[in-house]
Amino acid sequence: MSQPVQTFTPEAFHRQAHDALGNPQIRANFRKAMDGLMDKRRQAFEEWDLEALRTLGASVRLRALSRLPDLLEQLEAKCEANGIRVHWAEDSEEACRIVTGICQENGAQSVIKGKSMVSEEMHLNAHLAEAGIDALESDLGEYLVQLNEQTPSHIIMPAIHLNTDEISTIMHEHTGTAPTRDVDVMTAAARAQLRERFMAADVGVSGVNFAVAETGTLCLVENEGNGRMTTTVPPVHIAVTGIEKVVENLSDVPPLYALLTRSATGQHVTTYFNMITSPRKEGERDGPREVHLVLVDNGRSRIYQDDELLDTLRCIRCGACMNHCPVYTRVGGHTYGTTYPGPIGAILMPHLMGLEATKDLPTASSLCGACGEVCPVKIPIPDLLVRLRRESVGEGRGNVPGAGVKRSTKEVAAWKSWQWLATHPTAWRGASIVAGKLRGLAPSHLGPWTECRVAPKPAKASLHTLIKQRTKHKELRQGQQEGES
Amino acid sequence: MTARDRILGRLRKGREERMQRDGGRGIVIPEADASVIGDRGWSRQERLQRFERWLTSVHGEVIHCETDDWTETLCRILKQKGIKRLALGHEQEVARQARQALEGKMDIALVDAARDVESWQQELFSQVDAGLTSTGGAIAETGSLWLWPTVDEPRLLSLVPPIHIAILDAEAIEDTFHDVMVSHEWAGSMPTNALLVSGPSKTADIEQTLAYGVHGPRELVVILRH
Repeated sequence: MSQPVQTFTPEAFHRQAHDALGNPQIRANFRKAMDGLMDKRRQAFEEWDLEALRTLGASVRLRALSRLPDLLEQLEAKCEANGIRVHWAEDSEEACRIVTGICQENGAQSVIKGKSMVSEEMHLNAHLAEAGIDALESDLGEYLVQLNEQTPSHIIMPAIHLNTDEISTIMHEHTGTAPTRDVDVMTAAARAQLRERFMAADVGVSGVNFAVAETGTLCLVENEGNGRMTTTVPPVHIAVTGIEKVVENLSDVPPLYALLTRSATGQHVTTYFNMITSPRKEGERDGPREVHLVLVDNGRSRIYQDDELLDTLRCIRCGACMNHCPVYTRVGGHTYGTTYPGPIGAILMPHLMGLEATKDLPTASSLCGACGEVCPVKIPIPDLLVRLRRESVGEGRGNVPGAGVKRSTKEVAAWKSWQWLATHPTAWRGASIVAGKLRGLAPSHLGPWTECRVAPKPAKASLHTLIKQRTKHKELRQGQQEGES
Repeated sequence: MTARDRILGRLRKGREERMQRDGGRGIVIPEADASVIGDRGWSRQERLQRFERWLTSVHGEVIHCETDDWTETLCRILKQKGIKRLALGHEQEVARQARQALEGKMDIALVDAARDVESWQQELFSQVDAGLTSTGGAIAETGSLWLWPTVDEPRLLSLVPPIHIAILDAEAIEDTFHDVMVSHEWAGSMPTNALLVSGPSKTADIEQTLAYGVHGPRELVVILRH
């Protein structure tokens, strides 16, 4: 059976995690997929000096970020010169309005979409539906997830939470495809269904993997060919992207592409690397007559203000951090309740949605460090998780929205008292004697700590007292021995 | 003030404040060795082997032939695969030679690909068995073809038909993507659309099981001319 439609929110992370952990199907689907992806990634880098390549990737991304405002202006100028129209959006709302506006100007009824996480972040489909425009996902995984009225559970493999039987049921219920376990048959059915829609679509909407400032080129990475269809068949193409996706030079693309495919799926290369530099020119036979690029900020320029959090913007969206995350593997992507799940989601979503809603996400990590170790552009993800934990209890220094949401006056007072005691020896000794005497009164329930642990109890005598007694004892014995000899 | 001004304003402010904080150092960019992405120095033999190994590993077919009689190889493939309708251009050398060899000789309809797509979209999507294109060259490291679609061989010719037949010269295989970009001066001359193609269209979205031909061609056949 396909899963019932369920809405996930980051606020309900704990309950959702609890439910997911109790769902053997979800756990099995993710475990199997993530184990395979980790193996494949390792093999894909076997012939490479991975450290050197990751350093190169990090340097390309950091160089781009260090010149970000200039490169965005250069990208805009180049694109405009090539005939691509560039739009800027402060937030999701504005980005949706821009896309919807372009659709309406062109009298569009139907939109076909290539995979774009930014459009997921914008909730573009819902916005278009409100305007009476039908948006259809064409990436097979996204298509299945959309049919099932769900959201992607992984940024690279949107339908990773579903198994073959579940997908067969979804295709049968929503498209009338005869139930089958044959993946080729299901794929062929989807191909036929979507081909009609490509031909009928008025507008194609895609994401962007890298935007090259030097040449005004939009690069798209994919295996299926739906990205090429989306950007070639409809008369209008709208590419939406976050402002951080820009790179300086065309020669910056090969290292990032090499890192992206191997980190994401362990592929040495994807089937297609699609580089778009202009709309259809006079005399050319196919391709869209209009190409638009929508640059979406949505909190990114705020992240840019902070020296440490800025590293979040290096991300090339490969998903390796989630593939290697022991928490993600166990709870799955939906549990996070956000567009981007896993470690990258935990460090990015607080900026996009505020810490009020996402305060639990930075704690969804054992800080084992795997995410940081595999990140192709060396984002220190564990450090950023710790930093956001600090922000959430009001100990940070940045401008993360909702900072201090987890601050509790009781907790602050408790730590302050502890600090005072620990720096005043006489008071400390007095307090530890009292604590030893009153140990019977220590509480046996201490919130989440005692959910799976025994409550700590003060010792009868403190270590300090014990050592003092021992020293005394020893001295006494030594004295006796000397007397005997 | 427009969204553009506000976004760029915030970014500039962020950058200036950072410079002030750390005495003009800004974001620290790690020193990196770019040779990790190029400098392979493979022999011709090794290049060919790598290209073929990688392309066949992703389900692409490589068929070797002599440059002079490549059209005979093409005929054999068309027959083998039961291709009845082949879309191709006119002007490009590959299309011209193929037309010369095929016209009237076999039971194969040659479909003109050098037309505005609007005039034959339905036909292209449902009645063409294979598309024939030339290639700019190839990349040994990843088994990729590179294509710059033209007026004569448009973008959809390598995408929509169920089989893509691509003609490649052995001398046009280079070591890496980086090498191709540099030696052909891509940065100064990017066309409307540049493509790397590595194998037929594929997906693993159904429980990680590979399936070919999800949106693009089910088969990619490379005729490698020596």
